[in-house]
Amino acid sequence: MKAVSQKSAEIAVPAKFDVARVRQDFPILSQKVHGKPLVYFDNGATSQKPLCVIEAIDHYYRAENSNIHRGVHHLSERATAAYETARGKLRGFINARSDQEIIFVRGTTEAINLVAQSYGRAFLRAGDEIIVSAMEHHSNIVPWQMLCEQTGAKLRVIPINHDGEIVMEEFDRLLNDRTKFVSVTHVSNALGTVVPVKQIVGLAHARGVPVLLDGAQAVPHLRIDVQDLDCDFYAFSGHKMFGPTGVGVLYGRAELLEKMPPYQGGGDMISLVTFEKTHYNVLPYKFEAGTPNIADGIALGTAVDYLRMLDWPAVAAHEDHLLRRATAALEQIPALRIIGTAKEKAGVLSFVFDHVHAHDVGTILDQEGVAVRAGHHCAMPVMQRFGVPATARASFAFYNTIEEIDVLVRAIERVLKVFG
Amino acid sequence: MSELDDLYQEVILDHNKSPRNFRAIAGANRRADGYNPLCGDQVTVFLQVEDGVIKDISFQGSGCAISKASASMMTTELKGKPESAAHELFENVHHMLTGEPGSEDGGERVGKLAILSGVCKFPARVKCASLAWHTMESALKGEQQAVKTE
Repeated sequence: MKAVSQKSAEIAVPAKFDVARVRQDFPILSQKVHGKPLVYFDNGATSQKPLCVIEAIDHYYRAENSNIHRGVHHLSERATAAYETARGKLRGFINARSDQEIIFVRGTTEAINLVAQSYGRAFLRAGDEIIVSAMEHHSNIVPWQMLCEQTGAKLRVIPINHDGEIVMEEFDRLLNDRTKFVSVTHVSNALGTVVPVKQIVGLAHARGVPVLLDGAQAVPHLRIDVQDLDCDFYAFSGHKMFGPTGVGVLYGRAELLEKMPPYQGGGDMISLVTFEKTHYNVLPYKFEAGTPNIADGIALGTAVDYLRMLDWPAVAAHEDHLLRRATAALEQIPALRIIGTAKEKAGVLSFVFDHVHAHDVGTILDQEGVAVRAGHHCAMPVMQRFGVPATARASFAFYNTIEEIDVLVRAIERVLKVFG
Repeated sequence: MSELDDLYQEVILDHNKSPRNFRAIAGANRRADGYNPLCGDQVTVFLQVEDGVIKDISFQGSGCAISKASASMMTTELKGKPESAAHELFENVHHMLTGEPGSEDGGERVGKLAILSGVCKFPARVKCASLAWHTMESALKGEQQAVKTE
């Protein structure tokens, strides 16, 4: 028996992740801030970009810039091919069934607004109910509130417990015959909680209710398989997954997207326009009115290429190590309270002091070169739930190091020195 | 002195720890709410104005050390002053906070409040220091809408 358990312990040892090597791919990380080496712990707000992504944007504008889907000339064909190749990469990245299910949008916010306005206005009526959780980002609250105002539908909220976990029994209780849509986050941006989304999808589908997952904070940390999750919509942003700002993806199940009316009207989303009647284009173009963000879409495909080169079990083990080490270190600091203590967490460590406001923490850490977010993290209901006006949030990426955690701890000690 | 020491001077830390006039004024005849949506700082400023003179002034709310200290110092500075002096001081403090770092011209016109001048080296914190002042100005003008700085 002993030999067996030793063997399984050996298997559990994570593969070595060469963080020093990976950091060389991110030019911005080598700079100094206020004379100190930059420690970038604001990855939840936006991640840094590897050189290949930066170069992909540069290359597009130097060599391929042209409008897509409408030119017979050489450059237009190249740009179109590059853009559609990127769509294919994103399909593979989340294991969607077809490229038709990958709609390029500006980011997670636009993706959720698209579903709320297109699906929501077409299929929801007064008295219908939409369920979100108490730990949503404002971008997964406000679009549904707007839809409720427009349709007379009602927003229902799944409560979270003191660790920042969804109370599943309460979700089960909220589901009823009036429930017409469920929209929840996959990973909480303010707390780091990994939500048991498969279970949520299962319960909702048992009642025939479609589910949207906000994957903005999940894609940088977890490998996503939308078929395995069985969700109906999955929304995420390029800039939080080491790609450019201004581009993101809405995955939608093709049969639902087919039934939905267009979100915006304009060029590219039509097949025939007369003043009497307009015929809409096929998926995914029906939802992509106007000239899209071509350069950044292509570069997001390059970010996917980069991520696919990484050894993901090793990345996951390294990120888990960072989070556990940081959590253990911060737990030792008197007067510091960690907000968000779910069993399953990814990449986020939010904390508060009884006597020091998060803003003051943020300013002092910045002087030590440590970049964290201080504020409500666009999740004011979460702050209200925990009775704090704001938190300081350190959010990690795979290029962060254990040494940087030590710098964070020393910087927090300086906060306590200033404020006593 | 480092920029950080300049920002968190003893006087500021003291006002943060023991804010003066940190209370409501029952039946205040001027009152306004201020809010910074970016960071969640909230302040309510209460004033009792009689014959154009600020007889009493207080504040309540939650915020960082800079916003609390600024509000606290504001109340001690304005109590007993005529309304016109409050408007003038508002302009001068605003000028000091948003001015060029190191510019001395605001110093003598803001008196003790010059201690807040370190804030202008931290552009992200200027709104923290100015929130209470905008709220006070709004209360004096009798504006109903909550003040927002972002």
